[in-house]
Amino acid sequence: MPEAPILEIRHLSKGFPGVRALAGVDFRLRRGEIHALMGENGAGKSTLIKVLTGVYPRDGGEILFEGRPFAAGSPHEAQEQGISTVYQEVNLVQNLSVAENLLLGRQPTRAGLIDGREMKRRAETILERLNLRVDVNQLLGDYSIAVQQMVAIGRALEFESKVLILDEPTSSLDAEEVEQLFKLMRKLKAEGHAILFVTHFVDQVYAVSDRITVLRNGELVGEFETARLPKVELISKLLGKALHDLESVATAKGEAADERAGEPVLRVQGLGKAGVLERFDLEIHAGEVLGLAGLLGSGRTELASLIFGIEKPDEGEVAVQGEKVRLSSPLRALQSGIGLCPEDRKSEGIIEDLSLRENIILALQVKQGWFRNIPRARQEEIAERYIKLLDIRTPSADQAIKNLSGGNQQKAIVARWLATQPSLLILDEPTRGIDVGAKAEIQKLILSLSDKGMAVLFISSELDEVLRCADRIAVLRDKAIVGNLGADQMDEQVIMRTIAHADKVGAEPR
Amino acid sequence: MIPRLRRLTSSPLTWPLVTLAAILLFNLLFTPGFFRVELKDGHLFGSLVDIVKNAAPVMIIATGMTLVIATGGIDISVGAVVAIAGAIAGVLVTRYHAPLLPVLVLPLIAATLCGAFNALLITGFGIQPIIATLILMVMGRGLGQLIIGGRVLWFRMASFEYLGTGYLLGLPVRIFVAAALLALLALVLRTTPLGLFIQATGGSAKASRYSGLSVGLVKFVVYTFSGLCAGVAGLVLTANIHGSDAALVGMYIELDAILAVVIGGTSMSGGKFNLLGSLVGALIIQSLTTTIFTKGVPVQFTLVVKAAVVVIVILLQSGEFRRQLAALVPGRATR
Amino acid sequence: MKLRVSRRYVPLLATLLVFVAIFCLGGLQYRAFFSLRVFTNLFTDNAFLGLCAVGMTFVILSGGIDLSVGAMVAFSSTLIASLTQLAHFPPFPAIALVLAIGLLFGLAQGAVIHFYKAPAFIVTLAGMFLLRGLGFVTSLDAIPVEDPFMVKLSTLAIPLGEKASLSFSACVLILAVVAAAVVLGFTKFGRNVYAIGGSELSVLLMGIPLARTKLAIYALSGFFSAAAGIVFTIYTLSGSAAAAMGLELDAIAAVVIGGTLLSGGFGFVAGSLIGALIQGVIQTLISFQGTLDVSWTKIFVGGLLLAFILLQRVFSQGMKKGGAAASQYARPAPSLSQAGSRAGDPAVGSTAGSGKR
Repeated sequence: MPEAPILEIRHLSKGFPGVRALAGVDFRLRRGEIHALMGENGAGKSTLIKVLTGVYPRDGGEILFEGRPFAAGSPHEAQEQGISTVYQEVNLVQNLSVAENLLLGRQPTRAGLIDGREMKRRAETILERLNLRVDVNQLLGDYSIAVQQMVAIGRALEFESKVLILDEPTSSLDAEEVEQLFKLMRKLKAEGHAILFVTHFVDQVYAVSDRITVLRNGELVGEFETARLPKVELISKLLGKALHDLESVATAKGEAADERAGEPVLRVQGLGKAGVLERFDLEIHAGEVLGLAGLLGSGRTELASLIFGIEKPDEGEVAVQGEKVRLSSPLRALQSGIGLCPEDRKSEGIIEDLSLRENIILALQVKQGWFRNIPRARQEEIAERYIKLLDIRTPSADQAIKNLSGGNQQKAIVARWLATQPSLLILDEPTRGIDVGAKAEIQKLILSLSDKGMAVLFISSELDEVLRCADRIAVLRDKAIVGNLGADQMDEQVIMRTIAHADKVGAEPR
Repeated sequence: MIPRLRRLTSSPLTWPLVTLAAILLFNLLFTPGFFRVELKDGHLFGSLVDIVKNAAPVMIIATGMTLVIATGGIDISVGAVVAIAGAIAGVLVTRYHAPLLPVLVLPLIAATLCGAFNALLITGFGIQPIIATLILMVMGRGLGQLIIGGRVLWFRMASFEYLGTGYLLGLPVRIFVAAALLALLALVLRTTPLGLFIQATGGSAKASRYSGLSVGLVKFVVYTFSGLCAGVAGLVLTANIHGSDAALVGMYIELDAILAVVIGGTSMSGGKFNLLGSLVGALIIQSLTTTIFTKGVPVQFTLVVKAAVVVIVILLQSGEFRRQLAALVPGRATR
Repeated sequence: MKLRVSRRYVPLLATLLVFVAIFCLGGLQYRAFFSLRVFTNLFTDNAFLGLCAVGMTFVILSGGIDLSVGAMVAFSSTLIASLTQLAHFPPFPAIALVLAIGLLFGLAQGAVIHFYKAPAFIVTLAGMFLLRGLGFVTSLDAIPVEDPFMVKLSTLAIPLGEKASLSFSACVLILAVVAAAVVLGFTKFGRNVYAIGGSELSVLLMGIPLARTKLAIYALSGFFSAAAGIVFTIYTLSGSAAAAMGLELDAIAAVVIGGTLLSGGFGFVAGSLIGALIQGVIQTLISFQGTLDVSWTKIFVGGLLLAFILLQRVFSQGMKKGGAAASQYARPAPSLSQAGSRAGDPAVGSTAGSGKR
C-alpha cells in the first residue's frame, strides 16, 4: 500500500532577476526513505531547499507537509514545524561545547541558571541515538567535520524533525566517515524519518538511497527508484543526454594517441595534492584544445588550480615550453605564460567597481610589474582592441564592469588573459550563466585561438561544448583523471560510460 | 545639456563639493565678514584662510588614510605617530641643537618605520588592521613622552617654525606642504600602477590574487605611506605650537581623518578611492568647526555637530536606510 | 584528561600569571609593595576602568566594539555631578537616571549597528563625539562634588585587617564582575553572546533571537560605562567632561590582555578584570619606582597587548575556528541566503563578511 508522502512539492517555481531557478518542479518524499536530490550546477537543488525552508518566498506552486499546506518564513521556523536542514558548512558555533550546540536556546535551567549537569545528560542521550560517544563538554571546533555534522543532525533530531535535509554532507568526509554517516542515515530511516540527501556523488547515491530525483536547469527530469536505474542512465539524465544502446562502444582506457610533434606547451607529470586531486599526467601542445569533462565535484577546477599556482602541489613536476617551472603562485604562472579564467567570475574574476578597461588590463599590468606603467592611452587602445575582438557590448570602456551583463563580464575576463598573450589559456566554465549568443561566441573564440597557435585547456560541464571545441578530452571523476579520449573516441556515450564505469566502490544495480 | 548634468552629478566629487558649497553659502548669507580676506604684512588673513590652514594637518593624514581605507583596512595609530614624530623633532632641537635638515628628516624616517611596523603586523602576521594599529595607538604616545623625557618641550627654532606658522606668497606654508605631499602622491599614482593595484586589492582581494597581484605588498606600501603622512603632519603640528606635547598633540586626529575620507566618498569596505574627495572632506569638517566658532556658538557644540555629521554619513551609506527613505517617497526608485 | 579541559582557560591563566609575576616583581623590589593594601587599592583606583572593561567584554565577545565608553564615563560623570550639585537632585534618583541614560544610549547604538547594518566602529565613534560634546555642553568646567552622600560613598569601605580595606567602588567592581561572569557563563543570554561571536549566520539559523541579544549587549556596555562614570566621580569627587580621554583604548587593552579574542567568541570577564588590574599594577609599580617616567605604563601595556595579540593569532589558528570569524568592525550581519550548498545559487553572489582586511 503506497503511503501518502510526508512531504509533497507540486509545481514549485522560483525566479530571480534574469534567471529562472525553478520551473514547475514536483517532488515527493516518503516516511522511512532516503531520497537523493541530484543535479549539476544551476540545476536548482539549492534553490529548492531554500524555498522549502523559507529562505526565499516561492513564486508559484504548493508545498504540503503531512497533508497540510506548509509555509515557513525562515529555516528556524521550518525546523520548529518539523523540517530540519544540516548544511555543508555545518552552521553551528565552533567556540561552544558540543552540549551547548545541541541545546543552544533550549538549555535546561534551574532557578534561572543553566543546569550544566542536566544539559550534559540530555546531550549524551541525544548523541546516544546517533551512536556517537564524545565528550560533550569539549568545544565543537575540536572535533572533525564528520563529528560536527553528527552534532548538527543531533540538534535537528532534538527538534523532533520528521524530515531531515542533508545538504552535501559528505563533501569534507573521508571514506570511513562517510560510512559512519550512512550507518546513521539507515538507522534513522528505520526509525521512520524521511531523509532528503542532496549530493553530487554518484556512488554514494547508489550506496544509500532508495529513490533519486534529478533536476536539470531548474526543471524536473524525473524521479527514479535507485535499484532500477543503471548508473550510466543516471549520468545521462544528469547531463541531459540521451543514452544510446551502444554496447559495442568501448570505454576509453589509457592514453590517447598523441600525434603532435614538438615540445608540448605544458607537460605535467605526477602532479597531485592530498585531498585535492590524485596524481595525474597531462600534455597540451600549441594550437591544441584539451577538454576536461566530468561531473560536479570531479576535480576539474582543482586541476586548473594546481596548474595555475593557486594550490601548491604535494608532488610532481611541471614543464612549460620544455623548461621546468615551480608554479608556486599565480604570478609565477602568469610570468610563465599561463592564464586562468576562473570558474566563479563574480568572486574570482571581476572587480566590480573598476571599469571595463581597468579589469581588462589588470593581469597585463601585474605581469609588467610595478615600474612599467601602462599609460592611459595604451590602456584604452588595448581595451578597444579586445572589446572589438570579443564583441563586448558596452557604451564605453570606462563603464563600471558591474553594469555589464554576465556574458560581457565573462568576455572581459577572457580579454584580461588574452591581453597577457599567454601560450596556455585555461578556461574554467567560461560559458556558465550567460546567454546563448555569448556562449556561441566564446566557443568560436576558443577555436580561433587554437587555430592561431594558442594551447587551450577548456573545462565545461556542457558535453556539447567540450565535444565541439576540443581536440582531445580528459575525463575526470572523484578527483582523478579516469580516461583520455582521442579524436576517434570523442563521443557523448563514451564519455558517459567512462564516468560510469571507472573503478570505484559502490552498489551498481544489476 | 541633460547628459552633461548627469555626468556632473555622478562624479564622485560632486556631493562633497556640494556640501562644502552649502556650508560656505550658509556663511555667506548669515555670517558677515566671513569671506573677507585681508592682506596684512604680506600675509592673507580671514576665515577662509583659517579654514584651509587648520584643515591642512587633517588633509595630510587623510592622504595616507584614503589609500589605507581603499585597501579595505584602517589605521588608527596616526595620532600616536604624530606624537612620536613631534617628540623626536623637539628633542633634536632642544637637546641636540640639530640643524634643520635632521630635524625634518629623522622624524619622518621614524614615522615611516612606524608605518612599516603596522604593515608587518598586518601582512606578515595576518592581524586585522584595526587590531594591529591599536597597538601603536596605545604605545605611541607613551613612546613619545619617553623620548621627550616626561614633560612638555618648548622650543624656538625659527627655521623649523616656519613650517607650521610661516607664510609663503601670502598663504600659510603648511598648505604648500599638504599640496607638495599630494603632488608627490599624484606623481606616483600617475607613473606607476599603484592606484590600480590599490583599487583592485580593495575591490576584490581574491580576484586580484587570481590576476597575479601580490596583495600583501600593496598593503605594505599603503600602511608605510600612512605612517609617513602622519610624520609630516606631526612636524607641521609641532612647528605650529613650537612645542612637543606627546600627550595631546594630534589627539583624535585619526578620527577626523577617517571622517574626512568617508565624507569624501571612499567606502570603508575598500575599492575605488577619492583623494580629492578626502581633501574636500577635511575642508568640510574644518569649515563646520570654524562656522560654529565664528557664530559664537560655544566650542563644546563642535563635537555634537561632528557627531551629527557622522550619523548622517552612516545613514546615507547604509543601504537599509536608503531603502526606508525610498519607501517613504512614493514612486521614486531606489539607487 | 585534565589538560584537555583547561585548554580554553589557558589564555586566562596566562593573564593571571602575568599579573602575579608583576605583583611579585614589585614585591621583590619594594617591601611595602607586597601588601594587601596595595592589592585592594588596585581595585579602588581602577574601578572605573574595570567597569568599562566588563561592559566591553560583552561587546567584544560578540565580535563588536564600543569606542564610546570613555566619553560615556566623562558624560555621566559630568551629569551626575551637575544633577547633584547644581540641580540639587537627591542622589539615588540621580544615579538611577544616569544609569538609565547610559543603558538607553547603548541600546540606541546597538539598534543603529544592527538594523542599519552600520559598522560598529563608526557608529560608536559617532557616539563618542556626541557624548563628549554633550558632556561639555552640560558643563564646560569640572564640577566639584560636595554632596554629602557622594562624599560618604567615597570614604565608605569594608576594613580588611589593620591597613587594607575594600572601598565602595571596589565592591561595585567585584560585584559587577561576579554578576557578569554568572550571566556570561550560566544564562542563555550569556551563551548567546558567545554564540554570536562564533558565527552570526549560525545563530540566525539556530533560531536564537539575534537582534534582541545584540541590542542588549550594547545596552549593557552603555550601562557599565555609565556606572564607571559614577564610580569615577566618587573617586575624584568631581565631574569633568574632559576626563577619561583614551579610556576606551585602555578598556579594549584590558579585555585583550585578559584573554578575550578581538574577533569574538572566546574569553572570560574575569580576564578583563585582571587585564585592568595589570594596567593598574604597572602604574603603581612605576610610581613606587619614582624615577621612571609615567609614560612607561602605556608602553608596557602596549607591549603586553602586542604579545597577547600575537599569542592569540597562534591560539586561534590552533582552535580551528575555520577562517576569520565575521567581525562586526566593517561587515554587516550576514543574510540567510548565504547558508547552504556551494553548488551555485543564481542570485546570491556576495561573499560572507570576513572582518576588516
